Amino acid sequence: MDVRSQVSMVFHLDKCIGCHTCSIACKNVWTDRKGAEYMWWNNVETKPGTGYPTKWEDQDIYKGGWEKNGDSVSLKGAGKLKGLKNIFHNPHLPVLDDYYEPWTYKYQDLFTAPEGDDQPTARPVSLVTGEHIDVKSGPNWDDDLGGSQDYARQDVNFKDLSPSEQEVMFQLERMTFFYLPRICNHCLNPACVAACPSGAIYKRGEDGVVLINQQVCRAWRMCVTACPYKKSYYNWHTGKSEKCILCYPRLESGQAPACMHQCVGRIRYLGVMLYDADRIHEVASTKNDADLVDAQLGIYLDPFDPEVIREAQKNGIAMSTIEAAQKSPVYKFVKVWKLALPLHPEFRTLPNLFYVPALMPGMASVQDGIYKETNKQFLWGGIETNRLPIKYLSNLFTAGNQNKIVEVLKRLMAVRWHRRQTTVGDVEQEIVDTAMQEVNLGAETADAIFRLTALATFDERFVIPPAHREESIEMLENTADVKGNTGFGFKEKPERGW
Amino acid sequence: MNYLLFVVFPYTCLAIFLIGSIYRYNKKAFTVSSLSSEFLEGKKLFLASQLFHWGLLVLFFGHLIGFLFPKSVMAWNGQPVRLLILEITAFVFGLSAFFGIILLVYRRLTDRRVQIVTTKMDFVVLAILLIQIISGLLVAYTNRWGSAWFAAFLTPYLRSIFVFNPQIDAIASVNSLSLKIHVISAFSIIGIIPFTRFMHFLVYPLDYTWRSYQVVYWNWNRKNIRVSRAHREGQKSTNN
Ligand code: SF4
Ligand code: SF4
Repeated sequence: MDVRSQVSMVFHLDKCIGCHTCSIACKNVWTDRKGAEYMWWNNVETKPGTGYPTKWEDQDIYKGGWEKNGDSVSLKGAGKLKGLKNIFHNPHLPVLDDYYEPWTYKYQDLFTAPEGDDQPTARPVSLVTGEHIDVKSGPNWDDDLGGSQDYARQDVNFKDLSPSEQEVMFQLERMTFFYLPRICNHCLNPACVAACPSGAIYKRGEDGVVLINQQVCRAWRMCVTACPYKKSYYNWHTGKSEKCILCYPRLESGQAPACMHQCVGRIRYLGVMLYDADRIHEVASTKNDADLVDAQLGIYLDPFDPEVIREAQKNGIAMSTIEAAQKSPVYKFVKVWKLALPLHPEFRTLPNLFYVPALMPGMASVQDGIYKETNKQFLWGGIETNRLPIKYLSNLFTAGNQNKIVEVLKRLMAVRWHRRQTTVGDVEQEIVDTAMQEVNLGAETADAIFRLTALATFDERFVIPPAHREESIEMLENTADVKGNTGFGFKEKPERGW
Repeated sequence: MNYLLFVVFPYTCLAIFLIGSIYRYNKKAFTVSSLSSEFLEGKKLFLASQLFHWGLLVLFFGHLIGFLFPKSVMAWNGQPVRLLILEITAFVFGLSAFFGIILLVYRRLTDRRVQIVTTKMDFVVLAILLIQIISGLLVAYTNRWGSAWFAAFLTPYLRSIFVFNPQIDAIASVNSLSLKIHVISAFSIIGIIPFTRFMHFLVYPLDYTWRSYQVVYWNWNRKNIRVSRAHREGQKSTNN
């Protein structure tokens, strides 16, 4: 057993209101720079939809992630052979237009326009070329199902839904959507790290944050292709790739990452998970896609188990970190309550960002013109007739394993029945009991789930282990020295080389 | 004059190259990058970049073999057929590099987005490469057969440079302007490496072939830190 600690996250999708505050927080802190304007280390997509960059989930186009190769896994579009062969031109690299051309407006024109019969306008100009452009797409062009024919209909996760199933879900009165905020998953088996020919990308041993060393990156662009989540971006100005750094300077000083701190819906949780690094390869090579979620859950260790604690200490994990792991909200959501699932586990990078799937928008329905939240008569009736087909959700979160999705939704539903009974009391006790029994939930657990979901305070949502700056090297850097730069520890301006 | 061109100049270039690249690699690592512009324009780049890079790569190693193993090259050339095969292959790769760079220049001049990331140094680089490739093609065409006399003329000269005992008689006596230009511009390329994007071929990621796929760095000394003795409970910043 090789115990390591990993800072992991849970996003509770039922609570996301799609306000994009997280994206703006991140943009303001890290990517408001030349060459990085188009990057959204944190972005929020509407699902169903094609996302950002367009159709990022379609690995037939982008060749990201790992694929099964006999008993092992190999990189789909990069790696030693393919990477070095394609180093002069990477055929699967997403280009600027796959994201969007960033723009601003000529606001000054509003003030300086000469007097005339027309209202002055602020025309859009490209942030790349500085010329006027007609804005044709943006990172959230399909927000709230805007332009569904071109976007929602093209969602890659419909691939094995029959046309009639899709037809049903796109009927106007049945249409629904939810938001999917995404950041880098700081994977256990990161494809970006494996694909980097320069060895510039690395995973920090202490907390598992995946970083790109800006001094070593040589713009071979393989990480952009390899990351199946398209969370490594190429800065066209500096000629260096960049990615989400999980606000490590903030983490090290005990603060939550900017996107999480700002989250209006309070959907985000962050905490330590202990895992067995010896098993990474084995788990990533799991035979059937459908078993991937369970296999990944198996790699995370119980922080209360005395043997795990002993092994962790032997590995140099501080007691304070182990204590943080015991209090971790992520551990509760993912391992204990089994409510949170990884996004696209079939990419086999073992992502450390888990999602509690959205229950509500899908379960409510309109019958005879009356809006009904859930169906009392049939306990799980709402689940079977979910407006977002279970198949669709399973393509997103469980690599096609539909049982797993139903399991999670039922548990979420049972908590709702229980809380309805406690607070309003208009449900038959029998229904509540059946529901709770079927998913093996006790009243106490259900209350705990409710508490952490709805009432949790800041310090319950973000359990950040002390960074032990007194023991560290990288972390010892004086924050004042690197103030105002991009957080990579630049000591020089991020200017383009020559 | 010959002494200046074939002794002083090469040594100057080599010295600048050595000192400059080591300095830049260590002190200005952030600027060392291939500065790929594929992200801004990927379609035209495909043919241009592939033709250019593979052409140059093969030729570079061809020259290197001629320099390191002149005897084997001579032996191979013992039969005219084999000599012809070698010469034609080399010429084809030369043409490939030539067409590649023409396309690259065209792309850089015409594509709006690529223009944005184009610097003066890029034109210096392209110009010197053009000189190098064209002069090389001329040498190959007019002074046949290069692979035969390279070993006899150039290898001794280059060797003498590298063992710090320059012998320029052979090269000085050669009566071919294109060859002289080719040699001079080759040394200039070496000399400007530290000032241009040429740096990227020094950092070609060969070590990728033998390193393990995953990379993990530890900032703490895993063996020393158990339960930190220096650690004391501080004041946690309050967030809410
Ligand atoms: S999400 Fe992508 S960029 Fe982030 S660690 Fe995983 S593979 Fe790397
Ligand atoms: S800030 Fe929170 S609620 Fe708003 S879009 Fe981001 S994740 Fe959703």
